[in-house]
Amino acid sequence: MVPLQWYLMLSAAVFVIGMFGFLTRKNIIIMFMSVELMLNAVNISLISFSHYLQDMRGHILVFLVVTVAASEAAIGLAIIIALFRNKQTAHVNEMNEMKG
Amino acid sequence: MLPQLFFGYYAVVIVFLSMLVVMGKNPVHSVMWMLLLFFHIAGLYLFLNAEFIAAIQVIVYAGAILVLFLFVVLLLNLKEELKIDRFIGSWPAALFITSAFFVLVSIALKSMVLGPSGKYTVAFIQQETHTKAIGKLLYTEFLFPFEIASLILLVAVIGAIVLAKRKLRS
Repeated sequence: MVPLQWYLMLSAAVFVIGMFGFLTRKNIIIMFMSVELMLNAVNISLISFSHYLQDMRGHILVFLVVTVAASEAAIGLAIIIALFRNKQTAHVNEMNEMKG
Repeated sequence: MLPQLFFGYYAVVIVFLSMLVVMGKNPVHSVMWMLLLFFHIAGLYLFLNAEFIAAIQVIVYAGAILVLFLFVVLLLNLKEELKIDRFIGSWPAALFITSAFFVLVSIALKSMVLGPSGKYTVAFIQQETHTKAIGKLLYTEFLFPFEIASLILLVAVIGAIVLAKRKLRS
């Protein structure tokens, strides 16, 4: 039997890699993919908790996370297309219209 | 021994592929690595007795979300993106923060204590089948969150069309 801690360590590793990508990459599409990576890491930990606690609620939560990820991808990519149409770049450093 | 070997293979491949996704130069290659990564994560779900979630992972993530990503990557002209630097200048700071976070999580995992177990044992799920068990729970106890999820999807459909539509000149 594989211990639960191994799964949680794997989940943490994937989450950390996604976090690193989101913080450091300049390409907005790769940043978006890093967010998906982080969501997947959370899904892994939810499923493994669900398996080891013999409870089904984690699976429901994963179901809802997948729904949110799908809608987030649709909206986010629409925003990226609209941005690219106006700025001709997928580079986050060039997007400074709001002077934040 | 064999389960540990299986898990070791999946863990190594998943971590390696996620690194390739994050570090890759070409976004198209990143999407392809991500496809392989999602298939491996689906395999891990099968390993954890979650066959319905594994199917969802392949159909929704690999089949729908990644195709959307691929379309957008191919739609945008990223020729000049390949020439400039991939990472921001202060990436060592980000590396430090993320590794500190990882160390913190691994220390916290040492002292974790699991709560009491529920009634969905492996034998119970085998007898009832996984899809039926998840469906029963989803349409009784979690009916309201399910409806909210459908509302979120409706908002996403309308929002994506409104945002990506070209402005008509009248």
